[in-house]
Amino acid sequence: MEHVELFFKSIFIDNMVFATFLGMCSYLAVSKKVSTAVGLGAAVIFVLAVTVPMNWLLDQYVLRPGALTWLGPEYAEYDLSFLSFILFIATIATMVQLVEIVVEKFAPALYTSLGIFLPLIAVNCAILGGSLFMQSRDIQTLGLAFNYGLASGIGWFLAILAIAAIREKIRYSNVPAPLRGLGITFIITGLMAIGFMSFGGMLTGGEEKTETTDEVAKVEVQSQDTVEEEESLAEVSQEINNK
Amino acid sequence: MALLSKKDRGLIMDPLADNNPITIQVLGICSALAITAQLKASIVMAVSVLFVLSVGNVVISLMRNIIPSKIRIIVQLVVVAALVIIVDQVLKAFAYELSKTLSVFVGLIITNCIIMGRFEAFALGNGPYRSFLDGIGNAAGYGAILIIVGFSRELLGSGTLLGFKVLGDPIEKTGLYAIGYENNGFMLLSPMALIVVGIIIWVQRSRNKTLIEEN
Repeated sequence: MEHVELFFKSIFIDNMVFATFLGMCSYLAVSKKVSTAVGLGAAVIFVLAVTVPMNWLLDQYVLRPGALTWLGPEYAEYDLSFLSFILFIATIATMVQLVEIVVEKFAPALYTSLGIFLPLIAVNCAILGGSLFMQSRDIQTLGLAFNYGLASGIGWFLAILAIAAIREKIRYSNVPAPLRGLGITFIITGLMAIGFMSFGGMLTGGEEKTETTDEVAKVEVQSQDTVEEEESLAEVSQEINNK
Repeated sequence: MALLSKKDRGLIMDPLADNNPITIQVLGICSALAITAQLKASIVMAVSVLFVLSVGNVVISLMRNIIPSKIRIIVQLVVVAALVIIVDQVLKAFAYELSKTLSVFVGLIITNCIIMGRFEAFALGNGPYRSFLDGIGNAAGYGAILIIVGFSRELLGSGTLLGFKVLGDPIEKTGLYAIGYENNGFMLLSPMALIVVGIIIWVQRSRNKTLIEEN
C-alpha cells in the first residue's frame, strides 16, 4: 500500500514539472516534437530510476550523521552530509555517461535525434532534484527509493509528452505574435499545472489538505492558509460590524 | 561605465535586455519559478547565482586550456558543486530560516542550466576578465527577472514586500483594504509563476519585434 501511494503521489501530486518546476530547461527546449520528447522522457525515467536508489545507498551508508557506524564505533559521530551535493552529482554524471554509451551502441537513431540533450541530462535539474528530494523527504527503504525515482520519472515523461502534443497542435492556431514559441508554452504549462493541482486531494479523498513533505510547498500552503485565515477573520469582523 | 570599453559594456548590458538568460536564452528556468513566492527568497537566490556564476566563470576560464574536452562536463560540475557548497554553508550559518525556505533549490544551483550554459558558451573560449563580466551580466539579467516575478507575486499574493505590509492591514482594514481590496492568494501558488514569466515574455517581445519567434 505504501508503495502504491508513493507511486501515484510522485506521478500526479508532486509531479516534477508542475509542482516543483524541475527539469524545466530541457522540458521547454525538447518539447517541439512528440518523438524527441518521448526519447528524452524515456532517458529521464531510466536515469532517475537508477540514480535515486544509488544515491539512497550513498546517503544511508556514507553521508548522513552516524552513517559510517558500519566501519566501526569510532566513526559513529561523523557527519558528511555537506558532501552530498558533490557526491550525488558525481554519481549522476557517471550514470549519464553510461546511458550515453548504451544508447549510442543499441539505438543510434535515438542517439542522433537526442543529440546534445543526452549529455545535458547530467545537468537536468529533475535528476539531481530527485536525489535531493529523496534525501529531504526522508525515504525509508531502498525499494521505496527506487519506486520514487521511477514514479518521478514517469511524471516527468507524462508532462513532456503532453506539452509536446499540445505544441504540435498549436502550430495551426493563431497565437499573438509576441507570445509565439516560448511565451505561449509558459502559459500553457501554467494552466496544466493548475489542472494538476486538482490531484491534490486524491489520496485523502479530498477532505483534508495533503501533507506534502516538500518544504517549498509547505511554505506556500502555509502562507495560503494564513491568507485564508485572514480572509475569514475579515469576514467575521465585517459581520460583527453589520450587526 | 567609462572604465569599460564598448565591447565589455555589451557583455554586462546585453543580458539585461535583449539577450536575457531567462526570457531569450531559456536558461535557468527551474529555480526562477520555484522560489519566487517571496521577494526575499528571490533576492537571496539572485545573489547566490551572481556569486557562483561570476566566480565559476573565472575559474573555468583560467582552466580552459588544461581541461580535456571529453571530461569537461564533470570538471565543470565539480567546480560548481564546490562553489554551491560554500553558498549553502554560508546560508545555513547566517540565514537558517531562509535556507530552510529555499530547501533543495540552493543545491539545484549546481544543475541550473544558466551556469553550465555560460561555461560552455563563453568561459571556455574567453579570458578570465571578460568571463567575469559575462558572469556578472548574465546573473544580473537572471536576477532582474527573479526580482520582478518575486515582487509581483508577493505584492499581489500577500500584500507585503519583504514582509512589510505595504498595502495596509487586511485584518484591521487599513490602507487599500479599506476600500474593498482583497489579496489574490492564487498568486502564491506555483502555477502563477509560470504565467507571470509568460506575461513578461509577452511584454518584452511586443516592445522588441526582432525577438519574435516563428511558430
